[in-house]
Amino acid sequence: MSFADFISLGPLITLFTAVVISMLLIAIRRNHRITYAFSLLAYLMALTAIIPAMLYIPHTVPPLLVVDEFSLFNTGLVLTSGFIILLLSYNYFEEREERKEEYYLLLPLATTGALVLVVSRHFMSLFLGLEILSISLYGLIAYLRARERSDEAGIKYLILAALSSAFLLFGMALVYAFTGHMDFPGIGAALRQAGYIPVTVLAGFGMMLIGIGFKLGVVPFHMWAPDIYEGAPLPVSAFIATISKGGMLVVLIRFYVDIHGNDYSMIWWMLAIVAVASMFVGNWLALTQQNIKRILAYSSIAHMGYILVAFLSGVQTGLEAISFYLVAYFITSIGAFGVLIVMSSSVQDAETLDDYRGMFWRYPWVATVFTAMLLSLAGIPLTAGFIGKFYIVMAGVNGHMWFLLFMLVINSVIGLYYYIRIIAMMFKTPATGEVTYIKPSLPVAGNITLMLLTLILIGLGVYPTAMMQLIQQMMKMIV
Amino acid sequence: MILLLLITIPLAGGLLSWIAAARNTLWSRYIALACLLTDLAIAGQIWATHPASGGRWLYQYKVDWVPHFGISLNLAMDGLSLLMLVLTFFLGALAVLISWKEINQRVGFFHFNLLFVLAGITGVFLTMDLFLFYFFWEMMLIPMYFLIGIWGHEHREYAANKFFLFTQAGGLLMLLAILALYFIHGANTGVYTYDYFSLLHTPMQQETARWLMLGFLIAFLVKLPAVPFHTWLPDAHTEAPTAGSVILAGLLLKTGAYGILRLVLPLFPEASVYFAPWIMFLGVLGIIYGGMLAYAQTDLKRLIAYTSVSHMGFVLVGAFSFNVLAYEGVVMQMIAHGISTGALFIIAGALYERIHTRNIQEMGGLWSKMPVMGSAAMIFVMASLGLPGLGNFVAEFLILLGSWQANRWITIFAAIGLVVATAYSLRIMQKVFFGPGDRQYALPDLNKRELVIIVALVMAILLLGLHPQPVLNTSQKTDYVVR
Repeated sequence: MSFADFISLGPLITLFTAVVISMLLIAIRRNHRITYAFSLLAYLMALTAIIPAMLYIPHTVPPLLVVDEFSLFNTGLVLTSGFIILLLSYNYFEEREERKEEYYLLLPLATTGALVLVVSRHFMSLFLGLEILSISLYGLIAYLRARERSDEAGIKYLILAALSSAFLLFGMALVYAFTGHMDFPGIGAALRQAGYIPVTVLAGFGMMLIGIGFKLGVVPFHMWAPDIYEGAPLPVSAFIATISKGGMLVVLIRFYVDIHGNDYSMIWWMLAIVAVASMFVGNWLALTQQNIKRILAYSSIAHMGYILVAFLSGVQTGLEAISFYLVAYFITSIGAFGVLIVMSSSVQDAETLDDYRGMFWRYPWVATVFTAMLLSLAGIPLTAGFIGKFYIVMAGVNGHMWFLLFMLVINSVIGLYYYIRIIAMMFKTPATGEVTYIKPSLPVAGNITLMLLTLILIGLGVYPTAMMQLIQQMMKMIV
Repeated sequence: MILLLLITIPLAGGLLSWIAAARNTLWSRYIALACLLTDLAIAGQIWATHPASGGRWLYQYKVDWVPHFGISLNLAMDGLSLLMLVLTFFLGALAVLISWKEINQRVGFFHFNLLFVLAGITGVFLTMDLFLFYFFWEMMLIPMYFLIGIWGHEHREYAANKFFLFTQAGGLLMLLAILALYFIHGANTGVYTYDYFSLLHTPMQQETARWLMLGFLIAFLVKLPAVPFHTWLPDAHTEAPTAGSVILAGLLLKTGAYGILRLVLPLFPEASVYFAPWIMFLGVLGIIYGGMLAYAQTDLKRLIAYTSVSHMGFVLVGAFSFNVLAYEGVVMQMIAHGISTGALFIIAGALYERIHTRNIQEMGGLWSKMPVMGSAAMIFVMASLGLPGLGNFVAEFLILLGSWQANRWITIFAAIGLVVATAYSLRIMQKVFFGPGDRQYALPDLNKRELVIIVALVMAILLLGLHPQPVLNTSQKTDYVVR
């Protein structure tokens, strides 16, 4: 491993080393606060390690990894999100009586998996990253062992993830059998040389889609999402909604660009059907839910559908749109889950719609944050979500995807309905004499984090230019 | 710069009055009132001093916002915007006044929402950048949603949701059309921009232009509202608090009309001519159908709401007549309807405060109890049915005069609408103020605050009817599409 390799992969190595050290720390002395502080430090160091890595871009670590602007940007995104989730986690686990420290091993480990995905451009590293991510997630989802739903969710995820990994592997094998390559550019070149996609490769792609689609939680591989979101500890749900999906999406983008996916109409159609189905199924099923975690799960399915629309537009703007949307979606999702975390008490998570009745009049501040997050998910102006959705629609119009855009518009309206349903609930007059599980005082750290997220959310909604320029520049490099 | 100020004053005022309410709710009301009166004074000052001759554009202000996409903070004011702004701040200030006693819960948040709606409306009337237009268009929605959903009557949530979904669906279609226009303009000229002035005269095929025009038009037809997109309106108007109804009827509907005048006609002149007969037909349908439905209502606010559908039909007929007479009539109608319908909603609100019902079957004989309110209502009901000497007469007369040159049959049916208007208007007076009443107890007549509001409105409607020339002069300073 050369020096340049070492520096380029700095963030990854830092975080991974930190996991090992923190394991030793726990072995020496169990202390929630120390472990927590150390993990925060680890994320910060990994984030700073991005700066020297910028000197060497674009840099490939043949044959598995590539570090360019795109991967560094997403590395930053993943690490920042992980950091924020970690910030929100402390109180949540402190209030619950299980052993807390191992959580701080698993979360950075899962983040490491996502980081591997972000820099990978080879089937091997893809699978490696995916498995690091998945295996850590098994543990994380079932972390609150005393809770029945948590266990159930963990086992469900274990079985389905293992199954989908098997499909993914089989798909990779089929693609390899024909092209003789496992690195993305190699596959692209081999296919271009052949001039068509043979059935075996198509079947391979289809099977890979099952594996990838499962991680992204798109229809028809979405069944797990609501149960896992509901059962997992809230910070873990936030992690699954953002980092796990985002990491996978980044590989998908790289793969699709490298194999020139737009040239093959079959792949396009497969993804288009998945996109439309995700939008409709996600929004439709969210309509009748009473549990906010489940609503968020279904809404995230729909959001992946929106992202796929930009993906399918086949223009450079589309890729930019995805990156921007991802940033907006990360902030918004973490913010929404953050509100849930802050509002949950040690007795029960605040998850039913009724828990939020009249919340605005009791906790005006948190309710305002939640309203901002939901409006951003709905794509209403002054929020990052609006600019994101605008960007996606713009990409779609640019690529003449009229049908997909109409589907997106219809779904935006459906989506709006359940978002405003939650908002309306928060502004209702609280029923008198009702027993609520919501706690009297809210943690300070959580509130500050939420405030920062809201500021970023509105900042991006009002002045998106800087972020756009960054993304545009970065996307020029990879296409 | 002064244009930016017009938008930022209510924004800042909204935040300030929300904060102030924590200390003292009275401050919150005074702050809101002061902001709107300041804006009214600025707009009035511009109106009083703007040169009678010279260019159309009185003020312009432009800075880049997202240069990457060709989005700029592009504000401009011509005669049409100016008139609409004066109306906005006038009704806005009255809306604060009528809520003085009606709204006594969550006062700060109420004024925050009120001022934000008004800021959004101001933005819509001023912006010359299509992205910004959509931005402000959406920005009006959320606070309005809260105004209806929190301070409304019994079925407020249903009404608020319906309002939100209808307008949002229309708005998204407009967004698609805006984006398509953006890309077509970019592809044909190489300049990617949302600037209104650049997008005028975008070269494109007629087929495309028609589709795009429909995208814009549906958003505005929903807002206007035209039959068959009107079903949100009676619910929203009925369930909203009085201030909300005034703003909905007086201002929000006008943004739809304004959008047609400002965007649909100038951007797609040929397509507009192509669809004109159909749209005028929708307008006439609205006039007559809205009027008939109004006649059938028993809920006073619902009745007034349906009269809006009827009156807005005239706007549609006038806007697609393509001659200056009709346009002046349309602008006049927008203002006169804003004032007369706003006033009727205020009276309905005042009645509700006193007798706690909106059902006109349970009213009757109220003239003898409240003669002042009765005579005020008489004036506005007469305005609504188009009595000469009041603003609405001038407006509808001009529209009919203009549309006669464009389409005779449409005009004839639109004129029949005036008869329907007479029927429902007189029914209001008959059922509410005349006829037998079984109330033995005394009811308080208008108090000083309400008197100030009503007198201001009466003055306005009389001035519009008797001396409409200043308004007509100003309205000529805009960009009409004449065939």
